[in-house]
Amino acid sequence: MLSFFLKRVALVIPTLIGISIISFGLIRVLSVDPVQLLSGEHAMSPERHAELMHQFGFDRPIWVQYLSYVGGVLHGDFGVSITTKTPVLTQFGTLFPATLELALCAMLLAVVVGIPAGIFAAVKRGSWFDQLATGTALVGYSMPIFWWGLLLIIVFSGGLHWTPVSGRIDLQYFFKARTGFMLIDSLLSGQKGAFQSAVSHLILPSIVLGTIPLAVIARQTRSAMLEVLGEDYVRTARSKGLPPRRVVGLHAFRNALIPVVTTIGLQVGMLMAGAVLTESIFSWPGIGKWMIDAIGHRDYAVVQGGLLIIATIVMAVNLVVDLLYAVINPRVRAR
Amino acid sequence: MTDVQVPDAESAEEVALPAGGRFGPLGELWHDFARSRGAVLGLVVFLLLILMALLAPLVAPYDPTQQFQQNILVPPAWLPGGMAAFPLGTDAVGHDMLSRIMHGARYSLVIGFIVVTMSLVCGVVLGLLAGYFRGWVDVVVMRVMDIILSFPSLLLALVLVSVLGRGLFNAMIAIALVLQPHFARLTRAAVMAEKNREYVISARVAGAGHLRLIFLTILPNCLAPLIVQATLSFSNAILEAAALGFLGLGAQPPTPEWGTMLADARDLILRAWWVVTWPGLAILITVLAINLMGDGLRDALDPKLKRS
Repeated sequence: MLSFFLKRVALVIPTLIGISIISFGLIRVLSVDPVQLLSGEHAMSPERHAELMHQFGFDRPIWVQYLSYVGGVLHGDFGVSITTKTPVLTQFGTLFPATLELALCAMLLAVVVGIPAGIFAAVKRGSWFDQLATGTALVGYSMPIFWWGLLLIIVFSGGLHWTPVSGRIDLQYFFKARTGFMLIDSLLSGQKGAFQSAVSHLILPSIVLGTIPLAVIARQTRSAMLEVLGEDYVRTARSKGLPPRRVVGLHAFRNALIPVVTTIGLQVGMLMAGAVLTESIFSWPGIGKWMIDAIGHRDYAVVQGGLLIIATIVMAVNLVVDLLYAVINPRVRAR
Repeated sequence: MTDVQVPDAESAEEVALPAGGRFGPLGELWHDFARSRGAVLGLVVFLLLILMALLAPLVAPYDPTQQFQQNILVPPAWLPGGMAAFPLGTDAVGHDMLSRIMHGARYSLVIGFIVVTMSLVCGVVLGLLAGYFRGWVDVVVMRVMDIILSFPSLLLALVLVSVLGRGLFNAMIAIALVLQPHFARLTRAAVMAEKNREYVISARVAGAGHLRLIFLTILPNCLAPLIVQATLSFSNAILEAAALGFLGLGAQPPTPEWGTMLADARDLILRAWWVVTWPGLAILITVLAINLMGDGLRDALDPKLKRS
């Protein structure tokens, strides 16, 4: 078991190095002129250009620059944003809670709706509910979420005026960000109506971001349950007269849960990609919108750093999922 | 895409349907595929979309970039203020929506086709090399694939496009690059499973070279999962290209690409719903049809699921 853990963790190191090379290299190798990007000066004399090249360190060999970048990263220095002149890591720290809050709500929705729907569809296989759930899940799975978001805005914000169009809270509420999570901060502020406002801002973005994970989880739960329900031990449990609820809940579901948990973990990358689109539609001030804006402004310190941090987080979550999977399922360890 | 050898001879016996024996592997595949009503529906819709794409220049009422500046934001024909000349209405610069949607099908299908071809060819070759030779080739190839997979695909595609430059072609390259590891992984796993089977060993003993073994002996027997993956990637490619277009990094206006059309329509969502609704609906229907086909193909090609 320990050697499995160590092997799996050791695999992370080359991947991390690769991630850092890609994050660093993509923009550095391929972009036209970093000095022009960084300084924002256009008609530069060659002398001024060379001076800036030296000042930013771009006249050094690329591998030296890479090593010094990595050296900085290891000390928590991801560079400074060109547009806002604040450290990339600080920006990430302020914006990440917004994305995390949104992602957690989306995931909660996906799990709370997706798992029961999947179980019920499997138990009542072929029923109208099963067909409805399977069909809906396929539609959700095929959904262009950026369009889905716009549609929801048209109906619920434009037509019914139930929910706000964008942002995290109404402008009339103003309080200090203590945790960065608007739901918690609005409660702590004690201002009347602030919490409701935060909730109403979260609803549509959570639905949009949760749609694909919801569909994936429902499909996965259904097929995992179908597989387990056909196993001998389930038949044994049934034939010895256990109530169906107990068979499904205790014997079947606990075993079907293994692939479902893995699926949930693997949705994290999906959520990050979805956050880019969702945050852009709802002007949600999180890291997805931050990355889009940085790409728009060619703020490449942010793009570099953001890419590196996000990929590292996704990789870390996948690692944890893998290790958890090995803990739950002993068959993996034996390999 | 459909002329494929079905590798699972055992399951053909097991199912023991007359179609399997009489019409050969293709007939059997069709038989299994047609058992799912959804899959057949998806296929029909997909064929209709191809037809629409092919015939768009002939049947679309107008040129997709022609602007009718007297008729801006005309609602669909059945609404008050609608005009029969513009059945689905017009957008903010007076483009006919129907013509643009029809022409958009050409873009999406071509995008899907090119992206899948690129990522399939690269991924399969890399996967074959990794799975066949193992050793350091395997380590290097699979590490690189892992690294690509640890980036959220849309984000990596976004950054790639911003580096390569906006535009449809660069968007396709970026999407192909992020989709290709899935093919490489699948191929590698399939090759490793097939490599030590007796038919491969006998071919080797008979003197077949590496290339012949890889491409003619092993590859045809790894096709089933690849076909399913190709179908899923086709719909993914369409979705991601539309997302890039929506974020302003894919096809550029006035190209009638569905995602790009949505980007143009963003400011109008509360004023002119039809400008937003049709392109998205077109994307959804296309992707849904392809996914329905993909599900059907998976069930037809996967002997394990076939039994259940």
